[in-house]
Amino acid sequence: MSLIGEPNPLERRDVIKFDRLARLGRMIEIRRVEEAIQQLFAEGAVRGTTHTAQGQEAVSVALAAATEPSDSVTCTYRGHGVALALGMKPETLLAEVLGRSTGAIGGVGGSMHLCDRSIGLMPTFAIVGAGIPVAVGAGLSSKILGSNAIAVAVFGDGATNIGAFHESMNLARVWELPVLFLCENNLYGEYSRIDRTTPFEDLHRRGGSYDMDSRSLDGQEVESLTVELQHEVDQIRATSMPRFVEVKTYRFAGHSRSDPATYRPEGELDKWLKRDPIALASAAVIADGLLDEGAVEALDKQVSERVTEAVGVAVASPEPALKSMFENVKADS
Amino acid sequence: MLVRMNQAVSAAIAAEMRDDPTVVLWGEDIGESGGVFKATVGLFEEFGADRVRDTPISEMGFLGAAVGAAATGLRPIVEIMFVEFLGVALDQLVTEAAMFRYLSAGEYSAGITLRASAGAGLGFGAQHSQMLDRWVIGSPGMTVVVPSSARTAYGLLRSAIRTDDPVLVLEPRQLYGTRSDFEPGDDAVLPLGKAEFIAAGTDVTLVGLGSTVPTIGEAMEGSRWSADAIDLLTIVPWDSEAVLDSVSRTGRLVIVEEGPEQGGWGADVAATVASKAFDSLKAPIVRMTTPNVPIAFSQSLEERFLPSATDVAHAVDELVFSGRCVSPWWEREGLAT
Repeated sequence: MSLIGEPNPLERRDVIKFDRLARLGRMIEIRRVEEAIQQLFAEGAVRGTTHTAQGQEAVSVALAAATEPSDSVTCTYRGHGVALALGMKPETLLAEVLGRSTGAIGGVGGSMHLCDRSIGLMPTFAIVGAGIPVAVGAGLSSKILGSNAIAVAVFGDGATNIGAFHESMNLARVWELPVLFLCENNLYGEYSRIDRTTPFEDLHRRGGSYDMDSRSLDGQEVESLTVELQHEVDQIRATSMPRFVEVKTYRFAGHSRSDPATYRPEGELDKWLKRDPIALASAAVIADGLLDEGAVEALDKQVSERVTEAVGVAVASPEPALKSMFENVKADS
Repeated sequence: MLVRMNQAVSAAIAAEMRDDPTVVLWGEDIGESGGVFKATVGLFEEFGADRVRDTPISEMGFLGAAVGAAATGLRPIVEIMFVEFLGVALDQLVTEAAMFRYLSAGEYSAGITLRASAGAGLGFGAQHSQMLDRWVIGSPGMTVVVPSSARTAYGLLRSAIRTDDPVLVLEPRQLYGTRSDFEPGDDAVLPLGKAEFIAAGTDVTLVGLGSTVPTIGEAMEGSRWSADAIDLLTIVPWDSEAVLDSVSRTGRLVIVEEGPEQGGWGADVAATVASKAFDSLKAPIVRMTTPNVPIAFSQSLEERFLPSATDVAHAVDELVFSGRCVSPWWEREGLAT
């Protein structure tokens, strides 16, 4: 069985749900794609900016495993991991980052603007917190239209200081909507550490203000996180009530391409690198006897080659036609 | 039948809610209490709490929810009680809703109808009396309409609700209590992007929007000139064909806006006419606006602030008979430049 490179995003989503090795493979894929993006930037092949999430791969993959393609996900500009985990193909993502016509939205978006309705990925949001109320609206659609879908808002710790977060938590609770508020607490809002911007670090406590079921989960172990998120999603689906999950995680790189992240306290990065989700998951599959060390290395190699191939495909893709600038502005354009 | 503008709004929403079960409505105090301008009376009783929702005072939250709901199968109508309250939620309109189709390659769209009361004339003071169409008209993806009467409020709102992209409907507050004689129904639906001629004439083209349309009507009474008078109705996209066609016949243009001189929709109209119909013009284009100041509370000041029928009549007299573009009253009186 091929772990990656399946023909379409839905199949890529499906395999994540049922195959533990696929989850490991997808985390490796996300890591390699983001490394490739950083490399493409360094080479001057990509313009603008990009926001990577090395270290947070387990959260994206567990979320994809715990939800369905018919659920709606709003995600931030740090969205490569979520997009790939939900099923977007690496070449589709890379082409968008490169501004090519074969990208997720034809190259008009770039790194911060990814979308694929077939896997439930709403347009990713480049404004901190903006996707949170949009997820509330998707939850309301489910409730009024009587569908079984839930909505998921993925956002960072920094977004819990923006009004949209609080308004959305309140609205989802008072209207009793099936929404998962998934906060990736990576301890940094852009360049600022959480202790300088927020009165406490255990953000799940904020759910209490809205009388919402709230908990904090370890974001580095993909298998346990998948189980826990599945439980949360099942509860939301069963009760049509919102829940707030804070996931403790860490981004190994800076906020954006131009940020060397020199502001971090000494030793903090090293401490978190010891909890690299890919290393933890690799060790676990070896300990559980699913693969030996050589097979894990082979998996990594296979995934890396596939990503290299995807980079080649994306780089070779054509620029968008000028007319694409004028399309999809309104229904008649 | 005689219909008040706030009743026309309710009737338009009710008609669309009856036709389409995915149409939903929310906003502050729009449910059982029927809205502060009584523009949603009876809807909660007819359609129930699931489809007609009172919100917390959370414009960013509930406007954002409309984006998500519109993208996933509902057709939300959202009321922002006073358009000024859109300030705290503007991101969701101009940065999210307006771009949702573009940033999803057409896979999603945000077909929201955002209604808000707007404009001066009721003594609500500086922070509850602005038009603020200018916050939105520069955002591609948006459609912006401003009715001028009960009839146009009804006809435009029904079209707005049916539109698969975001539409901002600015309802002039001072007109909620005014009446039109018309029959609500499918025949009263008005297309977006299409202006209406409210009078036909030969000397001058008058272009108004919202509250300045009745002002223009009043200015024409007893005048010595004959005007082609146009109610623009939609500012984005505005009906340039109608305006250019009229100016090509009259050779003169007076634009009457409710809103400060700087950055208004009338400047777009003037620029387009100057570029595309220059050879037709017999005289300078006149743009009448409000002064570049906040809106004062005192009744005498607020009344002077808005372009009056007397102002319009005077400006057209000067233009038609002397070929002169009059300065705004605040310049003539040495109050401001």
